[in-house]
Formats: sequence, structure tokens, C-alpha cells
Amino acid sequence: MQNHMGHTLSQKLIATHLAGDGGDVSPGQVAEVWPGDLVEVTVDLVLSNDVTAPIAIREFAKLGVDRVFDPDKVVMVADHFAPNKDIKSAEQCLAMREFARAQCLPHYFDVGRMGIEHVLLPEQGLVTPGDVVVGADSHTCTYGALGAFATGMGSTDIAVAMATGRTWMRVPETIRIVYYGQLRPWVGGKDLILHTIGEIGVSGAVYKAIEFAGPAADDLSMAGRFTMSNMAVEAGAKAGLFAVDDTTRSYVDARTSRPYSVYEPDADASYAREVEIDVSLIEPQVAFPHLPENVRSVTEASDVWIDQVVIGSCTNGRLEDLRVAAEVLRGRQVHTDVRCIIIPGTQQVYLDALEEGLVETFVRAGAVVSTPTCGPCLGGHMGVLAAGERAVSTTNRNFRGRMGHPESEVYLAGPAVAAASAVKGRIVGPREVLH
Amino acid sequence: MINMTGTSRKFGDHVDTDVIIPARYLNVSTAEELARHCMEDIAPEFASAVKPGDFIVAGENFGCGSSREHAPLAIKGAGIACVIAKSFARIFYRNAINTGLPIMECPEAVQGTEQGDQLTVDLGSGTISNSRTGHTYVTSPLPPFIMDIVAAGGLVRYTRRRLEAHSEVQV
Repeated sequence: MQNHMGHTLSQKLIATHLAGDGGDVSPGQVAEVWPGDLVEVTVDLVLSNDVTAPIAIREFAKLGVDRVFDPDKVVMVADHFAPNKDIKSAEQCLAMREFARAQCLPHYFDVGRMGIEHVLLPEQGLVTPGDVVVGADSHTCTYGALGAFATGMGSTDIAVAMATGRTWMRVPETIRIVYYGQLRPWVGGKDLILHTIGEIGVSGAVYKAIEFAGPAADDLSMAGRFTMSNMAVEAGAKAGLFAVDDTTRSYVDARTSRPYSVYEPDADASYAREVEIDVSLIEPQVAFPHLPENVRSVTEASDVWIDQVVIGSCTNGRLEDLRVAAEVLRGRQVHTDVRCIIIPGTQQVYLDALEEGLVETFVRAGAVVSTPTCGPCLGGHMGVLAAGERAVSTTNRNFRGRMGHPESEVYLAGPAVAAASAVKGRIVGPREVLH
Repeated sequence: MINMTGTSRKFGDHVDTDVIIPARYLNVSTAEELARHCMEDIAPEFASAVKPGDFIVAGENFGCGSSREHAPLAIKGAGIACVIAKSFARIFYRNAINTGLPIMECPEAVQGTEQGDQLTVDLGSGTISNSRTGHTYVTSPLPPFIMDIVAAGGLVRYTRRRLEAHSEVQV
């Protein structure tokens, strides 16, 4: 009966990767898959970082396998606590570095070449449409923006994927979210995804995939799409996908010559839920502590005084994000009570920002510009909060204690609101600064 | 499987991995070290008060957030025998199965359990009994494939067994 129904993007991507001898994983040998099926799939890329790789390497050693399944497809990035924040972090990076050398991994990225992993991998052309990617980092879902099925897992899953080139997964149901209407000024991908999480909740998509669709989604640049896919996991989703279009193709074709496959969801695919969002009604958004679903319009934030602003991360550390921040900060000064920390996502983003004069704009405004790192997003280093301090951050999580002391507070926003708030010393939209 | 009896440690909805084990401790990765800081940002007394064999009883979306396997490791290291929740975030769910931390999804049992209740849990039959209320709850069993991973003692042992079987066939 199901044969008459169309397939979602996730179903198609998983079906094309079914492991040939699925063996004891049912149902295995079928050319199509349906939500709820447990299947074994081959993976095109396996990612880990300096926090998750050490455990993966430890578990890998217990598998009785000497070599990774394909050195070209195993990526490791030192980005979380790198440049090393303390001795223990240095030892974790060292363990990863030694493993990468012993396994001759061409895609091992250390300080100087590394960037924040989910900005770096697409930029380096390591992910292409049609791929299945697993990573020991929950924001691996970022690559859904490229029409890849990409999902986060734990270190043990990644150890097994590094050894076998395979993983098991449950085929997810899909929520389709259709965006239409004209975006208001200063509203971008971050505002759309925050608004969406506010609508469906932090468990609104647990065990499910999200397909982002509609004319307003099509109008987004790749940077905006990466931001949205990145935060699919904040609604509990396993993956957050965009269908491939010319925007995707020109991004990918500029970065790799590897051939890739493009799939589209069928018009008669079956969705668990369909949501329509008129983007013309959306103002710049802010997620209040301590959940990404506590979303309000920036105009509803009155008198929230802040101590720190962070602009960067795998969510908003791309050149377009820095351009938006620079537009607000150019010729203005960061409020004297605010520390404004700006973190280009990769060395390339840093260099581009330098050549465009963005870095000079930031430094003249009284912001600091850091080497790429995940540091402050997870309260690691480069901007940890004290008790009672508040930050506006373009990152993806505002859980209790996420950026430091359990009594500190994180407000999530896009780069325009973050930069404007840095100038005013309290949470405001860019219009309050520019007029 | 043997019945496990212990005390319930109750938590609310959306207990995220940053509170299960704050990122500032992710520069270590052994269960014993991580256990010392388990839940410290929302329940500072948890790590010292918890007794081996206790149960975490929590609401919706337990373990949401980061993919850090340090979260189930910290809970296991603290001596928790099983996490019972209304629902789990999917990465945490996988990580728990893969690392051998027993978990049960049972909204009714969570609803009927208070902090400090004595529970008896039988993983084999999927039953949870509350000695204060006298109620017994039955959960739906894990899918057979996932039960195979649990029975093997986690994903590494399961995979190792498969790889060894595969190489014997090739020889």
C-alpha cells in the first residue's frame, strides 16, 4: 500500500545508501525505505572533534580493527578547546593528532588550518549533495543545507563508522516547513529558525527530519540555509534538509569537482506534519534563557542589559554573518560595559573578513577578533561568563550554564541584533542603532 | 534478568546534556571523573547523594542538546542503574544503548513517581514497580535489533562480534 506514496528527501538519501549485505538489520535489501525502518547504511564522511574523538579513538581500539575504513572519508577537527585551553585539552588534541597521523588522514585540521567544523567542511568541499554524513557532534545536521543526510551521533557510533564505513539508523518521519513571503530588513536565517523552534518547541521534531521549503527558503543564501539546518537539532530533529537548487550547485561547484547526486522530495511524499510560516510577519528574534524555544521578537526585549556579545560559531560564523555585524558596527563603538567577541568560522572566513576590511571595522569599534574556535559557545574558553552575567550570542544553545556559570544567562540572536546590542549595552534590534 | 531496586531521583522536562555534564568538564573522559560533576548545575547535591542502583526519573526529551557521550558515561559512573523518562532525545538514546546505560521510555511511570520513591525495575520484562503506590507499569520492549546491541553489552562488542564472524566467512 505504501508503494503508492512518494518519498521524502530523507527516505531517498537513506535508500541510496543501504548497505549491500544489511544482514541482520531489517528490512535491509529493499530499494525504498519507510519511516520507522531500522536500516544499515554506508556513510560518505565520518567527523569528530577534539572533545568527541578521544572517546571514539578509545572505542575504535576495542573493535579489533587496525585501520579506518577509508582515510579520505574520516575527518577530524581540533576546534572545541583549541587552541588548547589547558593541559587536559592539550592532551585530548594530542591524542587526536597522533591517531590522525598514524591513520594518515588527509582531512585532519589542526590550528592554522582548522576552522569551526561545520563552517569548515562545506567550505572545503568535503560534503556534497546526496551524501550521508555522520559526526560526533550534534550540529552535524548543518550539512542538510547541501541536500545531504547528515546527523549527529555519539563517539561510540563514530568509532564503529570509522571502522566499518557503516552505521545503523531509524528512517525518520519528516516535518515539512514551508516559508513564504518577503523577509523584512535585518531578518535572516537565524531569525527564521529561532521563530520555527519557538513554534514547534525544543522537542517538536524529536526522532524526525525537517525539510525546509518554500519560496522564502529558496531565497536564502547558503549561509542562511546552513544556519537553519544547524539548529534543526535544537527542535530535536535528526536532520534538517534543503532541496538542492542553483544556489547549492554554485556553492558546491566552486569547492569540489567530486560528482554528486541530487534528489528531490516527491510531491506526494507523506509528512508527519506540515507547517506554513509567513516570513513577512517575522521581526528579528531573540531566544531568552534557558531554552532555544523561549523566542520573542527583539522589540519585546526591554531593558535587558548585557555584559558580553559573541558573534560567530557553527551557526553564524560565516562571512555573510560578519558582513551584517560590520554593517551595524561600522563607525560605532561597542558599549563600554560590553565585551564584544567576534569569531570568524574558518581561516578563509578570517582572511576574507580581513581583506574586506571587516576586521578593521570590528577592532576600531572596540570588539576583539579571535582565531576560529567553538570556545565560548559551550563555556569552554575565550569568553566564559561569571555568575549573574548576561550575553547575547549568535550561537545555538542557551541552556543553563552553557556559556559559563550556572547563574549566567544566554540570549540567542542573529548577528544584526547581537551587533546592535553590543553598541547599546542592552538587547535591541539594529534599527535602534542605525536611526 | 535480575530485578533492580533503588530510589528515584526526579527531574523535569528537557534535561540537556550541558546540565548532565557541563562542557567545562569535557577535557576528561573517564566515567569516574565525569560522575563527580553529573547534574551539578541543576542539582548540586546529586553527585554526592546518589547511591549505586538509584534511578533517574525524568520528563520529556531527556538528554537533549550535544552529542557528548560524556553524558551517559557520567550518569553510569554515578551509579545510576537505569534512566526512566517520558521521552529521550535521539542522540542520547543511541549513546545510552551504545555504552550500556539502561533506559526505559514510560510516561505513565514518570507521572506516578515522586522524588525518593522506591522502584523495582525489570529490564527483561520492561516492568517498573513503585512500592509507595503499589503500581506496576509495563513499557513496550526495545526493537529486536537494539535488544541485540544491549544483549551484546553495547555497540563495540556487538560490532566486534559481527566483524569477527564476517572475517571467518571470508577465510
